[in-house]
Amino acid sequence: MHSIWKTSIRFTVVTALLLGVAYPLVITGMAAAMFPHQAAGSLVLKDGKVIGSSLLAQSFTSDRYFHPRPSAAGNGYDPTSSGGSNLAQSNKTLVARIQGDIDKLAAANPGKAVPIDLVTTSGSGLDPDITPDAALYQVPRVAKARGINEESLRSLVAHHVTERQLGVLGESRVNVLELNLDVDQLLNGQAKWPSGPGGKHEQLASGEPVE
Amino acid sequence: MTTNGWLQFGLFSAILLASVRPVGAYMARVLEGRGTWLDPILRPIERLIYKASGVKAHEEMNWREYAFAMLGFSAVSMLMTYAIERLQLLLPLWNPQKLVAVGPDLAWSTAASFTTNTNWQSYVPESTMSYLTQMVGLAYHNFGSAAVGLAVAVALIRGIKRTESKTIGNFWVDVTRSFLYILVPACVLYALVLVWQGVPQNLHAYTAATGLEGTAQSIAQGPVASQEAIKMLGTNGGGFFNANSSHPFENPTPLTNMIQMLSIFLIPAGLTYTLGRMTGSPGHGWAVLATMFVLFTVGFSVVYWAESHPHELIHGAAQTGSLTAPAGNMEGKEVRFGIASTSLFATATTDASCGAVNGMHDSFTPLGGLVVLTNIMLGEVVFGGVGAGMYGILIFVVQAVFIAGLMVGRTPEYLGKKIEAYDVKMSMLYVLIFPLIILSLTAVFVLSPQIGLSSLNNQGPHGLSEILYAFTSAVGNNGSAFAGLNANTWWYNVVLGWAMLAGRFLMIVPVLALAGNLALKKSVPPSPGTFPVNGAMFTVLLTGTILILGALTFFPALSLGPILEHLLLKSGQLF
Repeated sequence: MHSIWKTSIRFTVVTALLLGVAYPLVITGMAAAMFPHQAAGSLVLKDGKVIGSSLLAQSFTSDRYFHPRPSAAGNGYDPTSSGGSNLAQSNKTLVARIQGDIDKLAAANPGKAVPIDLVTTSGSGLDPDITPDAALYQVPRVAKARGINEESLRSLVAHHVTERQLGVLGESRVNVLELNLDVDQLLNGQAKWPSGPGGKHEQLASGEPVE
Repeated sequence: MTTNGWLQFGLFSAILLASVRPVGAYMARVLEGRGTWLDPILRPIERLIYKASGVKAHEEMNWREYAFAMLGFSAVSMLMTYAIERLQLLLPLWNPQKLVAVGPDLAWSTAASFTTNTNWQSYVPESTMSYLTQMVGLAYHNFGSAAVGLAVAVALIRGIKRTESKTIGNFWVDVTRSFLYILVPACVLYALVLVWQGVPQNLHAYTAATGLEGTAQSIAQGPVASQEAIKMLGTNGGGFFNANSSHPFENPTPLTNMIQMLSIFLIPAGLTYTLGRMTGSPGHGWAVLATMFVLFTVGFSVVYWAESHPHELIHGAAQTGSLTAPAGNMEGKEVRFGIASTSLFATATTDASCGAVNGMHDSFTPLGGLVVLTNIMLGEVVFGGVGAGMYGILIFVVQAVFIAGLMVGRTPEYLGKKIEAYDVKMSMLYVLIFPLIILSLTAVFVLSPQIGLSSLNNQGPHGLSEILYAFTSAVGNNGSAFAGLNANTWWYNVVLGWAMLAGRFLMIVPVLALAGNLALKKSVPPSPGTFPVNGAMFTVLLTGTILILGALTFFPALSLGPILEHLLLKSGQLF
């Protein structure tokens, strides 16, 4: 028995140093050398300041911006408290919340069915994407608030659609932060749109090709 | 449901099935102690580990010695994790957020959780655990508990194969070789692919950001990729973040999602080939694989079908879907994955004892939730956890040949071994302990308004499901949750901690006893009366045994939870 404890302790210390310390440090070093942008959290800079991560949703409430999905992370879009609502389909709070949001959106944009992703919270509360339908649904509101024509906004959205990865994986989507950054550029009159990769804020984290 | 959704399922299945043979053959090489092409690099490290920890690599162990070594290693490493959690603020390294000491009950439940490959998490990691705790306290166990699972599985396979032998291998060697030749090389490659796709890997403090509208955000990050890789490959499932694999920093793209789903099943599926190879009966390995694949396909089909349905009490939303927007229940799901990939992930993670989630199971439709809960209740033998799925399904195999023996009135045989009273008793212990703990603890907590019901996030039958899911997940060492339940209370933490330990070690010890007893037996040559353990007939018998023993035990509880919820929701009743 004595030798089992002794071996257990020595084995735990040795393998913890190897797997708990050396392994993550080696990966950290390799990641920093090979993919520094992603390893640091795919941060998006504007005028030298961090405005967020292209992988994480942030709050947009003004009519001048496209809105992300509602968030149950902390008090909303809190990366230190990620998570979903965890409300059951049979929970009246959930049904009331979704129906209330639908009615609000429908009042401002009558006649069109509300895309379901715009009124449901994601699993992480940080879903950076909305469906292309949900982006197009918001075009009239943003166009009106900014005084730009809907057609150019619609083609901006189309430009921002990321198709299914490798043509089959996942669903097609629009990254809200990246879209809003380009909306700002449209307005500032410095529109370099369509801005390809290498544009000022085009720091796509994923290795997938930029359309 | 969409064609593209089924295409993703087809792609997943094709890659998985194609991997079985190469992965299984490689693992057989490693666990039989034969040479691999990694030897020039890893052999010296292997020898160093033996030397530094005083392991006599050539000494074989009988099943009791094997079990004591397994328990000793688990106890010591669990204690280490508890200490790190409690002391994280005082330890000098890798706590840039200055996160304070984890409370004793939460530290207990977390240490038990990671030691047992459960990875149940009652806490929000990004605001609770320092980087040091995540790396050395938690991710280390992701390696450790997976290797222990592999070791126990291979010990049982040796028991089946060996004749008149007192020993079943050397625990330390099995664990070390699993670490070095299987888990570490795969994880290095895997982690780098994750970083390439966008998973962070750094030791920085959280980044302060000011959004376009001026809202402040604290961007939590850390050594995520290195932990994510072993979290999935070791079927652990403990997220670096609270949102687990639905978090864009853990699972940023549909490609990482596909890789994560495949990595849940990679080792468990390969082990079916290892079983066939090491016992010299490849047909048996394939029959076991077929059983698993059938149950997996049925599970996925039902979840995908259920989750694709619109909510009947919500009006004015586009729930029927289009080419550019997925249909169905999007509450708790991510846009980049949609319904199909989330349903596939949920099925895989509960078939295996993984427990990672890329969408919130609590917000699934009642029938979708029913399937993921039932998957765990089957004992996680549909591929199952690393090693745990293999020894779990071998228990059901013993039951199946026993039942077949009863039907024809002969002493049952399994791969040349007579299955006698002791063997059936050990496998019955395994089968009975599981529901006994789950159902009795659920009953106690459901009957206690103070300690049980006050943690609920949902009322009505779904409330029962939340508590039932918690204990099923804990005892099944799964770790996924109907996460609305606030399990971070003294009672839940302490009791779930014990439930996880019982679900792991009270099941492993009978398995090792069975392995030891089988190894002692003589081999009997097959006769015309021997029931074949390969082919379609055996697959049907094994599937039936799993469904009857696994699912029927829980049917009364399930009918009061998700089944009742479904019927009431259909009739328009909310809670």
